[in-house]
Amino acid sequence: MHKDDIKKIIAGGINCNQLEVFGDDGAHFEALIISDDFKSLNRVKRHQLVYQALGDLMNEKIHALSLKLYDLSEWNEIKGEKK
Amino acid sequence: MSAQEKIKKMIDTNKVLLFMKGDRKFPQCGFSGMACQILDHLGAAYETNNVLEDNEIREGVKIFSNWPTIPQLYVNGEFIGGADIMREMFESGELKKLLDQVG
Repeated sequence: MHKDDIKKIIAGGINCNQLEVFGDDGAHFEALIISDDFKSLNRVKRHQLVYQALGDLMNEKIHALSLKLYDLSEWNEIKGEKK
Repeated sequence: MSAQEKIKKMIDTNKVLLFMKGDRKFPQCGFSGMACQILDHLGAAYETNNVLEDNEIREGVKIFSNWPTIPQLYVNGEFIGGADIMREMFESGELKKLLDQVG
């Protein structure tokens, strides 16, 4: 499993303002997703939305996927703090 | 009792329950280990279920929670999340607050 494949699948299921997937060992990945699809969803529901987009891959080819999920205004706030 | 009923019962009878790989002394996965470290650090009284000992529970809890990965944390019967969410809530102080309410 290549990170670019995961990226494509996530992009197919979620309207992303920004999407980065990291990880080069083929099984352990990290993703940062900025999307207003997450707006007003709690943490559990946000993760479930991503898992839903990935379907059976989560049970098969992906051993671990660490997720950082923000809506646009949250992300702007985080970026603001880092400046 | 079906796996789903067993899981429901475990969650109902343990205020803080972590489904994990291995146990708190010998976690069998880095994410499960981190989850224990967080709970230990917060001084939480928690029970663990080692999903590696029972494949029906291991697969069943994924269906029960609609969540494809382990670890999984339940507090007062409510699904709180997996390793990422536990870490976020630990860092923000929310997890401490939640666990303090449980007593």
